[in-house]
Amino acid sequence: MVTVNTNGNSSALIQVRGLNKTYRRGGEQIQVLQGLNLDVDKGDFVAFMGPSGSGKTTLLNLLGGLDVPTSGTVSVAGDEITHMSSGKLTDWRARHVGFVFQMYNLVPVLTAYQNVELPLLLTRLSRSARRQHVEAALAIVGLPDRAQHFPCQLSGGQEQRVAIARAIVSDPTFLLCDEPTGDLDRKSADEIMALIEELVDKHNKTVLMVTHDPLVSARAHMVLHLEKGVLVEASKSRQNVPAGGEA
Amino acid sequence: MRFTRLILANLFRKKVRLVLTLGSFAVALFLFAFLAVVRDAFTRGGGIASANRLVTINRVSIIQTIPLSYRDKIARIPGVQRVTFDNWFGGVYQDEKNFFPQFVIDPENQRQVFPELVVPDDQWDAFLKDRQGAIVGASTVKRFGWKIGDRIPIKTTIYGGGAWEFIIDGIYHGQRKEDDETQFWFQWDYFEERVPERVKGQVGWYTVKLDSPDDAIRVAKTIDAEFANSPYETKTDTESAFAASWVKQFGNIEFLIMVIGSVVFFTLLLVTGNTMAISVRERTGELAILKAIGFKDGSILFLVLAEALAIALFGGFLGLGLAELAIPVLGSALSSMLPNLLLSNSVLAAGIGFALLVGAISGILPGIGAMRLRVVEAFRRI
Repeated sequence: MVTVNTNGNSSALIQVRGLNKTYRRGGEQIQVLQGLNLDVDKGDFVAFMGPSGSGKTTLLNLLGGLDVPTSGTVSVAGDEITHMSSGKLTDWRARHVGFVFQMYNLVPVLTAYQNVELPLLLTRLSRSARRQHVEAALAIVGLPDRAQHFPCQLSGGQEQRVAIARAIVSDPTFLLCDEPTGDLDRKSADEIMALIEELVDKHNKTVLMVTHDPLVSARAHMVLHLEKGVLVEASKSRQNVPAGGEA
Repeated sequence: MRFTRLILANLFRKKVRLVLTLGSFAVALFLFAFLAVVRDAFTRGGGIASANRLVTINRVSIIQTIPLSYRDKIARIPGVQRVTFDNWFGGVYQDEKNFFPQFVIDPENQRQVFPELVVPDDQWDAFLKDRQGAIVGASTVKRFGWKIGDRIPIKTTIYGGGAWEFIIDGIYHGQRKEDDETQFWFQWDYFEERVPERVKGQVGWYTVKLDSPDDAIRVAKTIDAEFANSPYETKTDTESAFAASWVKQFGNIEFLIMVIGSVVFFTLLLVTGNTMAISVRERTGELAILKAIGFKDGSILFLVLAEALAIALFGGFLGLGLAELAIPVLGSALSSMLPNLLLSNSVLAAGIGFALLVGAISGILPGIGAMRLRVVEAFRRI
């Protein structure tokens, strides 16, 4: 269950309270996020939509521990990440967050297998255990036979599948997807969304996704609209729910 | 190591660039090794000089002679164990480019004063009995394909001209790798018999073997005091100081080599530093994703540094391997101009150290840049 604009205590997996982010550009201060509150439970699939500059990606970066807020807190599974040191935050990201980006960001000189294995190099897993995890992840994304292919030998959709396999291989607490279909044709986008849905429905993954595409966001459990750094609207299955309510 | 595959994959990312960078390292390390062995060759005299030997020359210059009569006076000084003397012959074998040093020696004391230059007893005995006999260093014998019994004509350029004929009775070998095996020794009596009257009874220098190295300063002072205010005043130094002053005659070789070496070092540093900086800049997005998925700052720095050090090490080994093969050939080709060139283990170790230092310096700045990369800003840029 996703709750927006809440201030109370909850047992949600992700709890965002009073989140503000301000950038300084030249002499000007730009408020990107303004007092955002949000609860996301385990297994939820949330899409963030909004015009460019509305703060979607900034929110995703803050949730993933890639950036620090100006004020407010983000807690994930009881860990308050906003005051962690850089080193601790890096460790935390390795354990809890799987990232999927629009441009896939695979390492071009590594094979699909080696790309997926990257997060596991930071663990104490043995080589054979790593192999099992990588093969399982590639099987989930439907690319077990492309393990030895380099990114340049794969289609865009396949590259994104490898990126998803890399994101899930260490079994993170949640996935953050920034425009995961933004660089794909409709058919490939549908396939990627089917895969993300499968991760949520079958593997009980929690997914937070930024997208501009209404067809893509429609597949989420919940769509949150941001405008000028404020959550203005929450909708479920294309039925609008006023901001501040439960969906 | 878990990151080996990642480091290797990054290394081979741009093969042409890798080959060119390795080539730069190889050429620089080859040059480094060559300069180091040339420097070694010039300064080796000091390094292998015996601590208990002194060299006495004419105070004016080594090209001025001193009387043979000084020998007995020097030998009587307390602390002196043996005295031997030499003269520079300066002859030419067939052609001037076939240079090797020829010395007139004192057969009575030569082997006792220079025990590290070994001649088999039977060959030495044959030499003592042969007025025209010669003992030749193994490397000169090899260079000209000589053998015992060969008659060698050497044209003198100092003592009146004409060719002197010698018979090779023996071959000496140095006990250490650094010992000079290029010399050609012949009998004092044969020399005295043939030189003009003005030169007779004159030697080039004395080599004095001491009972103990602790006596060196005292004995040196005593020798020079003994001949002070005479027509042939002397200057006595330890053998290593003598070797050092000999090298100075060629100019400041060490400084020259240092200057060339420094230019090589900084050029290589600029080349590899620039290569690493470009290589890291090209990978901003990848480094950002590595940081996003949990690679710590230290791991990122390690990846960049390891890459720079791997290039340095491969290139260094390549250059030093090339030097190992080429220096004996070059040494042989340049033997008439340079002392024998030896690529020692210390030069090899210094070469690897030099390569690693360049690798580390060239990798550290791009590595710190990569380490400090802010993921959010990097994603914004790509």
